[in-house]
Amino acid sequence: MTIIKKIHACGLSLLAMSLLLGNEVLAEEASARPPAPSLSRPTTPHQLVDARGFIRRWLVLEPMPHSGPLTESAVQESLQSKPLPSLVSVPSEGEVVDLHGGLKWHALDTLRYNVNLYHFAWALSKPTSNVVFWAVTTVESPRDLSGVRLAIGSNAASNWWLNGERVIAIYDDRQTVIDDGVSKRISLKKGRNVIVAAIVNGGGATDFCARFLDENDRPITGLSVSLQSP
Amino acid sequence: MKLAPSLKLPVAAALVALSTSVLALDGQPGIHDPSTIVVHEGRFYTYGTGRGLPILVSDDGWTWRREGSLMSAVPGGKPGPETLARGGNNTWAPDVIRLGDQYFVYYSAPGEQPKSAIGLLVGRTLDPTSPDYKWEDAGPVVWSDGIEDSNAIDPGVFRDPTDGRLWLTYGSYFGYIRLVELDPKTGLRRFPNREPMNIAINSEASIIIYRDGWYYLLVTHGSCCRGATSTYNIRMGRSRKVTGPYLDNMGIDMLEGGGKLFAGSRGRQIGPGHFGLLDLGDGVQKFSLHYEADLDRGGISVLEIQPLLWRDGWPVAGENFAAGTYTIESARTGTVLELAVQGIPVGGFRPRRLGPPPSTDGPPPEPPPAPAIPDQVAEDVGMNWPAGDVDLRLAPAMLQAQQKWTITPVANAGGYLGSPYFKITVAGTERALAATAEGELSAVRTFSGAPEQLWRIDQLTDGTYRVMPKAVPGSKDALALSAVGSSMPTLAKFDPKSDRQRWHIRAP
Repeated sequence: MTIIKKIHACGLSLLAMSLLLGNEVLAEEASARPPAPSLSRPTTPHQLVDARGFIRRWLVLEPMPHSGPLTESAVQESLQSKPLPSLVSVPSEGEVVDLHGGLKWHALDTLRYNVNLYHFAWALSKPTSNVVFWAVTTVESPRDLSGVRLAIGSNAASNWWLNGERVIAIYDDRQTVIDDGVSKRISLKKGRNVIVAAIVNGGGATDFCARFLDENDRPITGLSVSLQSP
Repeated sequence: MKLAPSLKLPVAAALVALSTSVLALDGQPGIHDPSTIVVHEGRFYTYGTGRGLPILVSDDGWTWRREGSLMSAVPGGKPGPETLARGGNNTWAPDVIRLGDQYFVYYSAPGEQPKSAIGLLVGRTLDPTSPDYKWEDAGPVVWSDGIEDSNAIDPGVFRDPTDGRLWLTYGSYFGYIRLVELDPKTGLRRFPNREPMNIAINSEASIIIYRDGWYYLLVTHGSCCRGATSTYNIRMGRSRKVTGPYLDNMGIDMLEGGGKLFAGSRGRQIGPGHFGLLDLGDGVQKFSLHYEADLDRGGISVLEIQPLLWRDGWPVAGENFAAGTYTIESARTGTVLELAVQGIPVGGFRPRRLGPPPSTDGPPPEPPPAPAIPDQVAEDVGMNWPAGDVDLRLAPAMLQAQQKWTITPVANAGGYLGSPYFKITVAGTERALAATAEGELSAVRTFSGAPEQLWRIDQLTDGTYRVMPKAVPGSKDALALSAVGSSMPTLAKFDPKSDRQRWHIRAP
């Protein structure tokens, strides 16, 4: 099954390469493989969440290895055994983390509701199985919002932090389902709020999506997303 | 609830779970031919057959008590002279409806059957302690002369939600079940000179309900008033028009004896009769009835309240929630409620099977023995769980210990319409599901009987359940267990149009 998925993704990539010809997406790594078809490099300082509230701009770190199953204990061990990114600030695009020979942060806009990490890693000739992806973004709230929830889907296990506090932890092998992991009622402060995610994949496809829900569990739209620290 | 006398403990000492799985109403539910239950100023009222039409009252719908008789508030204390002349000096089988600021009570006043009459009482409050409490005799509404094919008792009153028209069905065995239209302003017949319409035969305790373009006529067949040998059972037909014809599931007209079974005897409760609808809104419907004989109460006839379900266009008698060990599965997501702890596979971790064995010459080897794996219980794995309060989450069902919940009625903690409150604990532990002040969920270490640990479980008309805490700390909102995400339960206002707050509660 995994092989089939990869062939399919390769086909998509070849098709997209012609569509994205000239785009600088991941250009420096694209010498061996075509660019990720569902991702592009941001060209504006801010982007609104989409009509369904999905956050489509992220900084994503190149994958680091994960060993073991996707159980809570194995995932926690994997996350805690490596230096975590700051949970309250945003790294710079192109910044390199001195791990595993140097892992670079990439600024990404996704063309879909979700961020396809398989596209991301495959285009960079990076591993897609048994890996951890870190992702960071900021959401700017026009005012203090209480009683809201962060709602995510991830393939596979993932942990999520809002302004330094872990608010979601889901484990085991799973597909991305919209609003799968949902936080308890939390607050967005006026101004920038930092979201950090760690997505841990076993094998096959890997992706995630995220949005906020209001006090009536409806998607919040109109929030501004950037890759700038508070 | 049936409690042996020894279990009737003082309140302070009695917030304990009962081992019984058979639940019947608590208090004094003895009654025969109960009227449709009506809610007035937060209390539940029903009236029954007997001297002066005895009153049953409940503050919560679970514990009932006798509270005098209707006729004690009627001038003269008995049916008025015209009703007495048309029928007789008995008071049986009433029904009640609220229209505007008035209550209409229709009651049977039989003489020597089938010479009978149905009288009308009009009042503005059901509360016997109110200074406005009184009933006025409005005279007979319909009657039978003892010769015609009718016995004018057992009234059932119906307000058509499609046009507001008011109807009365009545009759008992001597011939037909009949239908007349009433004047909603007076409660009396709208066209007194028209002949009543015949809509069923050889039954009694008739009443009409409406749903989705169908009128349903429910009647009681069989014999009453013979204790545990009563053969009472509730049957029904349906029609596109209130006036019939009412056909059963086999297309047989109820005028020719048709009738699909709605409720028969079950367990130690024998002889159901006298259906009454209780529409609580938000997709919750229940029905009242009496059983001719409750074997756990000396064989007397008792009031009962059960969930009303709908299936394939017909009402179905549901069962009140029974104690047991269950999984609680979200109708939205198919995932089940569990403690947020790392699960251990039932039977322990096993090596993954890596494809077929290498091919060799000769016959394939015998497969290794595969004995049954015993169920996982909390005692096996709970030592790894956090000692304090634990969050809840939703996960795929895997029969693991943190996914099995024991649901038990709690004595002397009150209840709601038809049921006591329940505690919900992880099977084999005292870890109890609780509502938090933030409107979220937690499993507390031990059950204390606090309101946020008591749960109301209503079966909805589609057979799923709504699960609500008795109270949420610091909140007056009525909240229900809700799947806000595939993996996240919370508490939220009940939305009858959504699957978020619908749950399947099943044996694991």
